[in-house]
Amino acid sequence: MKNLLLFILLFSTLSVTCAATNNGSCEVRGTGDLGLIIERATGSAQIVNTSTNKSLFRVKGLGDLSHASVVYSRDARYAYVFGRDGGLSKIDILCGKLVKRILQGGNSIGGAISQDGQLIAVSNYEPGGVKIFSAKDLNLIADIPSSKINDKKNSKTVGLVDAPGQRFVFSLYDSGEIWMVNMQDTSKPVIRRFKKIGTQPYDGLITPDGRTYIAGLFGEDGMALLDLWHPEKGIKRIMDAYGRGEKKLPVYKMPHLEGWAVAGDRAFLPAVGHHEVLVVDNKSWKQQAHIKVYGQPVFAIARPDGRQIWVNFAFPHNDTIQVIDAESLKIIKTLKPGKGTLHMEFTPRGEAVWISVRDKDEVQIYDTETLQLKATLAVTKPSGIFFTSRAHKTGL
Amino acid sequence: MMKNLFTIVFILIASTNSAFCDAISETRKQEILQILKHDCGSCHGMTLKGGLGPSLLPKDLKRMSEKQIVLTITLGRPGTPMPPWEPFFNNEETHWLAQQLLNGVTFSKTSLKPLNNASNNENNHQ
Repeated sequence: MKNLLLFILLFSTLSVTCAATNNGSCEVRGTGDLGLIIERATGSAQIVNTSTNKSLFRVKGLGDLSHASVVYSRDARYAYVFGRDGGLSKIDILCGKLVKRILQGGNSIGGAISQDGQLIAVSNYEPGGVKIFSAKDLNLIADIPSSKINDKKNSKTVGLVDAPGQRFVFSLYDSGEIWMVNMQDTSKPVIRRFKKIGTQPYDGLITPDGRTYIAGLFGEDGMALLDLWHPEKGIKRIMDAYGRGEKKLPVYKMPHLEGWAVAGDRAFLPAVGHHEVLVVDNKSWKQQAHIKVYGQPVFAIARPDGRQIWVNFAFPHNDTIQVIDAESLKIIKTLKPGKGTLHMEFTPRGEAVWISVRDKDEVQIYDTETLQLKATLAVTKPSGIFFTSRAHKTGL
Repeated sequence: MMKNLFTIVFILIASTNSAFCDAISETRKQEILQILKHDCGSCHGMTLKGGLGPSLLPKDLKRMSEKQIVLTITLGRPGTPMPPWEPFFNNEETHWLAQQLLNGVTFSKTSLKPLNNASNNENNHQ
């Protein structure tokens, strides 16, 4: 009896000690200056602090991250990572811990979080379609297969974004459609389908105000626009000159439209195939100018104040970044971070930009006023960088 | 005698030359595999099991001959996003790459670098 008591006493002390250790490894702080960097080749991610330029944690076991994206819970404590292998991982960034991971599909491309923060939607290549999960426990809430393209396959889905009114909007690559899903009633998703929007939509974007969804087309020139305030008006084709043109120039990496640059009344878009960034009026969607750049642009991203546009490029020009002055439309700086310069992310108010340099195994941090390198961080094969300021932005 | 010497020298030069051209250096092979993993991988997946582009795993490539694969890499596939890679690989390299794909590629594993904190640029002379 005495022994048993002793045992219980010992055991309870032990468990208390463990719990204390566990709490000790979590940060007691806000997350506003934190972020996550994908380590694409090792299925891991680093949690970083953008005030101190330091790494806090590394989280492992996230699967195949060759193409990965991240959204944040609205309390900005949890990061949801969408991996190429269909993995959906929920990470507690204060504790640097993987909370839950599910394999929800065979091959996925990205995801979105609903307006109210309760739902996570994932866009899948295989099986083609969108699945919607509870943000809390990652339980499946809705499964929305896309249009069939043959006996075995459904259309791949791309360009998935959240929109106001508990909506998700996405494009269907093989069948040339845009679908809008209303999740007000989670037991009854209402799908509105827009057909014949153009061939091979490869990515989509939503304007920061959440009103306009635009799909880029790979198979033909122009873009497809949907006004979410007036879906009854259907799809409008814009920017007929936007695309690969008659010569159908080869494209060595698909440009990304997410995170597109809006500066004042202008939008800056990566051209498809051409070594150009296009400048368009974001009211009339007419092209105003095109800026010659170093290679085929992948991302064109505006500094949060809209004064600079930072551009990176596809293979074989992916060792370079160019900075465009949004007012004069001139290139004010050409930087050479190194081979495999894959992604850029601005700190919340834009005094610094973090740049992934894959082949150097580092993230470089630049001062956006002086355009000088101010620090580097060791990150293994870094790709996407995602700061928590995304938590409160529609479409990110 | 002189003629023979000439012939020998000629043969020597020719053989050295062709041996030199035939061989893809180990460094170049690694470079090509790096392009395969990361750049082809941006559409076909880093493990080559497919993404926006189809799977490049041996079981899925079986229906294609080496020649067909070489043609696809060289000229791309009109009507799809697959671009021509002719500017980046010579004929020999393309054949070597096609053989690698048919036999199955195992990429060397990336090892994680230890976590370290940002170094100030003034202190690091890169």
